[in-house]
Amino acid sequence: MLEIKNITFEADGSRKILDDISLTIPDGKLICLTGPNGGGKTTLAKVMAGVLTQTSGQIILNGQDISSLDPTERAKAGVAFAFQQPVRFKGISIRKLLSLAAGRALSDEELKAALENVGMVAEQYMERQVDTHLSGGEIKRIEIASVLLRDAKVAIFDEPEAGIDLWSFNNLIRVFEEIRDSRKCSLVIISHQERILSIADEIITIQNGKLGLSGTRDSIFPRLICKNDCTDRGICRMEAAQ
Amino acid sequence: MSDIAEKTIDRNTADLLKQVADFEGKFKGAFNIRSNGGCLGRKSSENIKIESKADNPGLDIYIAPNTKGETVFIPACVTAPGFDDLVYNDFHVGEGAYVTIVAGCGIHTETGEPARHNGIHRFLLAKGSRVLYVEKHVGTGSDDTQKIIDPVTECFLDEDSYLEMDTSQLGGVSKSTRNTKAALKDRATLVIKERLLTDRDETAETHFSVELNGVDSGVNLMSRSVARGHSHQAYQSVIIGNNKCHGHSECDAIIAENGKVDATPELYANSGDAELIHEAAIGKIAGEQIMKLRTLGLTQEEAEAAIVEGFLA
Repeated sequence: MLEIKNITFEADGSRKILDDISLTIPDGKLICLTGPNGGGKTTLAKVMAGVLTQTSGQIILNGQDISSLDPTERAKAGVAFAFQQPVRFKGISIRKLLSLAAGRALSDEELKAALENVGMVAEQYMERQVDTHLSGGEIKRIEIASVLLRDAKVAIFDEPEAGIDLWSFNNLIRVFEEIRDSRKCSLVIISHQERILSIADEIITIQNGKLGLSGTRDSIFPRLICKNDCTDRGICRMEAAQ
Repeated sequence: MSDIAEKTIDRNTADLLKQVADFEGKFKGAFNIRSNGGCLGRKSSENIKIESKADNPGLDIYIAPNTKGETVFIPACVTAPGFDDLVYNDFHVGEGAYVTIVAGCGIHTETGEPARHNGIHRFLLAKGSRVLYVEKHVGTGSDDTQKIIDPVTECFLDEDSYLEMDTSQLGGVSKSTRNTKAALKDRATLVIKERLLTDRDETAETHFSVELNGVDSGVNLMSRSVARGHSHQAYQSVIIGNNKCHGHSECDAIIAENGKVDATPELYANSGDAELIHEAAIGKIAGEQIMKLRTLGLTQEEAEAAIVEGFLA
């Protein structure tokens, strides 16, 4: 269980990006964080992963205070994080990156399984570099694969759907459901995507750095119904629900 | 000529040979081992003849036309204190030959006296020949002793020939100046992959000058380097397009600590059909790269090492 207690994050010394956020991620659950762009979701995810350091508040993982742990220690404690905008590495192959993620050299079979899990044909990708020759969707799927290979207690995904084609997206939904059903780890997924929200155990909204709605999918999802015919329906739902 | 089994190779030389030419006690194929200006062993094959030059220190290596799949090893080592080695090696590659040439140089010094190796190589590729040239430079022993390697390479590529040079200098060489010149005829292709790592007060200069004289000739120069400590690197590439041709030069460098890198590309299009491109990027390791690897459980130091290792692989 991951407990977020009274987390505040201030940028530039005073501007509050997160304002006294408290929430609990239960074991083996799939939690969706949603809300308008710029509301603080990514900042909260980065604070959970240790990529950013909170101004105040505590983060407790299975009873252990991990608030002061750096990203390396946080990862070793069992928190994994898939960046919204994955980084590229000139010279590092997909095989190497995913082996680093797994903490050991992966066999061809293991690598094949890891890539197929995110909808990639392994033979075409194993030795390719994680560089600018990969498309946005490809690099995103490698990012997701790197987190799925971690033996995580809590895996956080920041907008995993971005740039991913429909076929891979369907595959991804299946993978998330399998992880959730196996109860191997908790999943925290930042998303505006209806299909991801629809598989969540709980939905939490964050807006203007503050916690908004929070509850089971069945209790929150209907309240996010958009009455308008607009493109960014997630935001409208948020606004409609206020 | 003598075989290597007849000679005793000291440990330092064996270690250097292992590093520069993957030597494990013997070579498969033609070879010549140069050590402190002498010959530790030589063997020709049916298709590859190695002969001493009459007028200068060094070798003429004759590769017969249509030789396929053979490898010739021409490593050089300097382990004698204060030794200044100069060697001229000419590679005569016959028409239609497909071969690999493994060269490289290692210097080991411990006494404080500087040691130097200056290898002047000429590649004469006949029509339709293809050569992979692998060259590693290393320095071992005392960090306080100057280890200097100054390779000079001249390449003459006849029609439809292909030369790929894979060169690396990944530590321990105090000072190096690499000069590479090439002239290409019709449809000839030159590919150069250079990897360079300098540390402490080491300096490394690389100068490439390629003349694309033939129709549809092409060159691809790729340099990746890491400058650490107080080391300094200078990269200069000159590509001259004298015909319908294509040239590409790419210099990527990572600087760490107080390392410095200069990159000076020069492109000269003397034909309206010449297509020449240069790319250069110099900077520190991106913070987000380190952060990504830290979220995978690597420490800051492990992340930097993994990035550098991959970059120079």
